[in-house]
Amino acid sequence: MKWPAMGYARAASLPDLWSVLAQHGSAAQIIAGGQTLLATLAFRLSEPGTLVDITRIPELRGISVSSGVLRIGALTRHAELGRDALVARHAPLLTAAVPLIAHPAIRNRGTIGGSLAYADPAAELPACIVALDAVVVTASAAGERRIPARDFFTDLLQTALNPGEIIAAVEIPLAERRSAIQEVARRSGDYAMAGLAAALRIEGGRVVAPRLVYFGVGTGPVLAARASAALEGRALDAASIAAAQAALGEDLDPPQDLHGPPEMKRHLARVLTGRVLNGFLNPSEIAA
Amino acid sequence: MTASDREHRSASEERSVNPPQQRISLTVNGERVTRHVEPRRHLIDFLRLDLGLTGSHAGCEHGVCGACTVRVDGEIVRGCLVLAASLDGADVVTIEGLSDSGEVADLQANFVARNAAQCGFCTPGMIMTAADILAHAEEAGGGTPSRAEIREHLSGNYCRCTGYQAIVDAVEDTLKARHLAADSDLRAVPALQSSEASR
Repeated sequence: MKWPAMGYARAASLPDLWSVLAQHGSAAQIIAGGQTLLATLAFRLSEPGTLVDITRIPELRGISVSSGVLRIGALTRHAELGRDALVARHAPLLTAAVPLIAHPAIRNRGTIGGSLAYADPAAELPACIVALDAVVVTASAAGERRIPARDFFTDLLQTALNPGEIIAAVEIPLAERRSAIQEVARRSGDYAMAGLAAALRIEGGRVVAPRLVYFGVGTGPVLAARASAALEGRALDAASIAAAQAALGEDLDPPQDLHGPPEMKRHLARVLTGRVLNGFLNPSEIAA
Repeated sequence: MTASDREHRSASEERSVNPPQQRISLTVNGERVTRHVEPRRHLIDFLRLDLGLTGSHAGCEHGVCGACTVRVDGEIVRGCLVLAASLDGADVVTIEGLSDSGEVADLQANFVARNAAQCGFCTPGMIMTAADILAHAEEAGGGTPSRAEIREHLSGNYCRCTGYQAIVDAVEDTLKARHLAADSDLRAVPALQSSEASR
């Protein structure tokens, strides 16, 4: 249905944003690319008093590398993320994630900051930044905060953002790592029934700091501690992959949803674990 | 009070009373347009109801069907997921403008030849998205996207009819014809260069 009646204000800079937010108080709803928020208006799932448009705030733009981190501005659109050379070099997991996010027309508008702030449990980017051990940089009238991605997603559609606080950027530590993302969706571009974003290092033939992060199977991105531990320090081979798959049952507590019961989601997660981890092996090492 | 003071003051006054209307000035199909719009107006209703450009269709109105696909600042977007109020200064191209420009005349001819309209409701959006495939294929230079790649790109325009075989056929025909034309242009280039060198 048509969107509800509401106000609209556009902030030109961060100081301007703080004054607009102070003026509108709890009636204010930040809008960036709007690809989720505007759809929720059509469903009347939200009825904001005033939309506060942040898309023209220059401080929230840009992708750069400095002091050992890749910094991605919150207003970076998915399409920009997907074609950026610095992202492809330093965080190819994000480059790989972009084609999985909705459709081209939506990727041209949706932003990384919006995706993280909305915190849909089936979205790709929240899982990716947890897998990459990123830091979410927030901004508010009170100043900047830096929140580890693993602490940022607190519950279903809930984040550590305070009222009046926005995401300014995401910082990803530069590191040599292997990473991959895969998901199972009913149709291309749909939200995933289950997905896995994984990152790990292999040093001296051993897995170091594996981070298996599942999406679409919980209230947010799920960092699978036991499955990750089953890989740590071991050679990546059929036995350790099977151990990770076995341990996964303890990590996941998927809710039943439209797609099927919890056990189906666990099954999909195990399948994805095999696909992703086998993808890190040389072809000759993959168990038949 | 200077003109810029007045402007600044009127902007902040507008904001403070939560105005029902926003003034936007933008380009639509090459023409400058200035209107006052309610914040609840999405781009498709703005085009259809305020400007009378009814080629872009309002289908699902929550971002799923793609019948409302238009270009904003050169990129395809969902018109139903864009606030008209946010478009001050934007450059919008609809199916009317794209069609009039001749940019997709070959694609449209192939849609007719292949009978690719299906029920027809999705067609304007399909043409807008297919034009995006053609533009990206030209940017990427060389190579014709596969049918799977065409389907992937069109996946955001799936509506109700199902199938889309004829649509994929029409897009594929256009890609191949343009690719062939580009190849023969390339072959023509050395001749051009040598004739210039000889001058």
